[in-house]
Amino acid sequence: MALSAALLQLIINGVAVGTVYALVAVGLVMTYRATEVLNFAYGDVLMFSAFVGWGVTAWLGMPFWVAMLVAVVVAAALSYAVDAGLMRRIVGQPHFAAVMLTIAISFMLRGLVSMGFGPTSRGLDTPFSGHTSRFGGVVVADINLAIIGAAILVTSVLFAFLRGTRLGVSIQAASQNQLAAYLCGIRVKRLNSMVWAMSGAIAAVSGLLLAPLALVDVGLWFVVLKAFAALVLGGFGSMPGAIAGGLVIGLIEQFAGVYLPDGFKDVSAQLVLIGVLAVFPRGLLGEAHGRRV
Amino acid sequence: MRFAYDTSYAAARRRLRYPAGRIAYAVLLAALLAGPYVLPKFFVGEAAALFIGCIMSLGLMVLTGFTGQVSLGHAAFAAIGAYAHVNLLGLGIPLPISLAASGAIAGAIGLLIGLPAIRVSGLYLAMVTLAFSLIVEQVAGRWKDITGGYGGIAVPDPELFGLTLGGLVPFYYLCLAILLGLLLALDNLLRGHIGRAFVGIRDSEAASHALGIWVAGYKVLAFVISAFVTGIGGGLLAHQVQYVTPEGFSLNLSMELTLMVVIGGLGSLRGAILGAILISLLPTAISRVKLILPASLAAQFGLETFVFGLVLALFVLFEPAGLNGRWVKLRTLLQTFPLYRRATFVRGKTYAKSERYR
Amino acid sequence: MKALEVDDLTLRFRGLVAVNALSFDVAEGEIFAIIGPNGAGKTSVFNVITRIFPPSAGRIRAFGADITAISRHHVVRHGIARTFQNIELFEGASVLDNLLLGRHRFNHGGVLAQIAGLPRVGRAEDSSRAAVEDIIDRLDLSPFRNAPVAGLPYGVRKVVELGRALATQPRLLLLDEPASGLNPEETRDLAFWISDIRAELGITVVMVEHDMSLVSAVADRVLCLSMGQRLAIGTASEVQGDAAVIAAYLGT
Repeated sequence: MALSAALLQLIINGVAVGTVYALVAVGLVMTYRATEVLNFAYGDVLMFSAFVGWGVTAWLGMPFWVAMLVAVVVAAALSYAVDAGLMRRIVGQPHFAAVMLTIAISFMLRGLVSMGFGPTSRGLDTPFSGHTSRFGGVVVADINLAIIGAAILVTSVLFAFLRGTRLGVSIQAASQNQLAAYLCGIRVKRLNSMVWAMSGAIAAVSGLLLAPLALVDVGLWFVVLKAFAALVLGGFGSMPGAIAGGLVIGLIEQFAGVYLPDGFKDVSAQLVLIGVLAVFPRGLLGEAHGRRV
Repeated sequence: MRFAYDTSYAAARRRLRYPAGRIAYAVLLAALLAGPYVLPKFFVGEAAALFIGCIMSLGLMVLTGFTGQVSLGHAAFAAIGAYAHVNLLGLGIPLPISLAASGAIAGAIGLLIGLPAIRVSGLYLAMVTLAFSLIVEQVAGRWKDITGGYGGIAVPDPELFGLTLGGLVPFYYLCLAILLGLLLALDNLLRGHIGRAFVGIRDSEAASHALGIWVAGYKVLAFVISAFVTGIGGGLLAHQVQYVTPEGFSLNLSMELTLMVVIGGLGSLRGAILGAILISLLPTAISRVKLILPASLAAQFGLETFVFGLVLALFVLFEPAGLNGRWVKLRTLLQTFPLYRRATFVRGKTYAKSERYR
Repeated sequence: MKALEVDDLTLRFRGLVAVNALSFDVAEGEIFAIIGPNGAGKTSVFNVITRIFPPSAGRIRAFGADITAISRHHVVRHGIARTFQNIELFEGASVLDNLLLGRHRFNHGGVLAQIAGLPRVGRAEDSSRAAVEDIIDRLDLSPFRNAPVAGLPYGVRKVVELGRALATQPRLLLLDEPASGLNPEETRDLAFWISDIRAELGITVVMVEHDMSLVSAVADRVLCLSMGQRLAIGTASEVQGDAAVIAAYLGT
């Protein structure tokens, strides 16, 4: 039995949105694994870089790819500075302090963006906007293909980097045992800041991929709440899990929009998050043991 | 220098042990009572809003400050309290009963959320509460019969024993009375063995079990009390805004409440009050400052958000004990003058007990 | 009646056997020490007795009552109190509040009585305070009464934890490495207190300890564990002379 065209359309939309969630979740996992900080400001870094990208295209008249490059560099530098200048100062304090500090950073970013760009939403033009491709009976917006392609590219580069390069292996080592890594001569602090920078770069890519789907708007940070659900679904701290979780959340959202009453679409990610944690309090694939005494 | 000369354990337990403290609080109470006759009208309304902020902040403090359970979505309980109150008033139920019942309904929902929430901890709980508040906001927008949907619902004027309390001054006294009542009740509760058990759970669950503290039970209890108090705050907030909409209980309110308890200083009721005062007055202060700023900056939209974030960051980095910590240091300085040592409050380096074991 | 009877106790974590078919009992009024190389399962025995881990097999009885399957927070009702290897104090509270928390199991009135501040709540608080003051006197903690626990020196923190366990008015006290990290003088104080606790309060003491001088000084009997199994049991000198024990410590 062939899938109906409408259903296939829905799946493709879900996968496209889901890949963005997956990318955001991967960015969150990276900093969580390296520094045990769940970055509540991540959505705002994403939103900020979308505005940077918009500024480069609209004000400087540069093409999309240049905007992407500039946004990635700016977001990476910003995240590096945030870790080196702020997060590093509260290492060793309870997790709650780190959560509050990232919330503070998110407020400051949101405030700065509102001050700099005003409350209006902007559209971002990309080379793919408005074009469609046909595959058999299915019409696919090019932007969706671009998102999926870019996400696959980013994650493959990331995995190749973590597996295949000296720096990537150091990052993995440090995330498993910081002290041991430090004693092996890895400069853990600088490494952690570099992980933050990479995570910032991923935020910029996701922001510029998401912007054509939504609008460049202060509300763009909201995507981080969906990524939390992806994170929990994929078992906190696992990258393949985060990717799978993001895709599932994206699909659930699309299907909830069609098959469930109004309103479910907006909170389906939240419902999934609560549902998963109600059944598996430590998350799917969660860490097995509590604190040792 | 001041020393405590306690002659009995009962004397040591007293709330205000020194004459100076008793006088200071008596003066404060007198000032609060005289307030509406001295202050301009605008400030009377602001003060009532401030009292409501204090009530909701106290509610969150019980949960986050004492048992260490982080809630990033506490506005949900305020929303439940507000909508319950409006509907109960609509049924013709008198104000005191309706307000208490709204608190109880919020508390019951707190129980429902608390039961699964105690199984998760730390960051997971923060995410669960955040998700819960988003769901409540969505429900409030959709359940038109009860909430009036996104359009909102009008709130009847508060009435007590046939007297209308709709004016600014009577409403000021209503909020003040409820705030003082709740403050005393919570202080009684938290200075006793239940408060100690809350702190015990926050600091070491393993030791709490070993001492016979029913950890799960006390966590749920904290959830219920917290939701009850915040729900009552929500009921009063409904009167304050006079027209309840889901946007009034969005993530912004939750975040403001979290800011209040963190900036005020976790683990102290005084901190909840001080934090609520600072956070409630900040927007007013910012709007005053805007008048003297260059027009280009003053017209901007996000200044308030930015300042909130900045203040929070400064507190987390430089005064993790919050306003209450500052207050305690200042008090110690005055009491022990000239023997104050800065080192009294310098804590040894602490290391977070990592939650991951590999 | 025996204070503690452990029958055939086994604790497994997935493949790893932490405690293997272990049996021993402790008479009332005895001071009983458990020794063994690192990873022998000593602390695991305590953790099973206080229900932090459910045992995979076996039975535990305290003062004749079966406590194998009770709730964690009911253990203390059977008169069992414990300290922890890595000090589990309530860091945000004062020494006094830490000790008062030890009195948690005694009735202080319900939620509503507390909120209302009824006189009987006050009387319960006062009697708890009086009991705690006795412990403060006994353990020489009065200079630190109102100090926050977080800033205290290590040795004092160990004593506070001991005091907190005593505040529950136990009949059986489980001490997990009470002398680790203490200097010789503090260890001597501890030896004195442990004998004192048994002699004056009639409390049975079971302790996990590495310091053989302390064990020899106070323990009536010693159990030596290795790989979760019992190697030897007897007086300190008997166990120290046991060939299997020497082999376990020195390697074969």
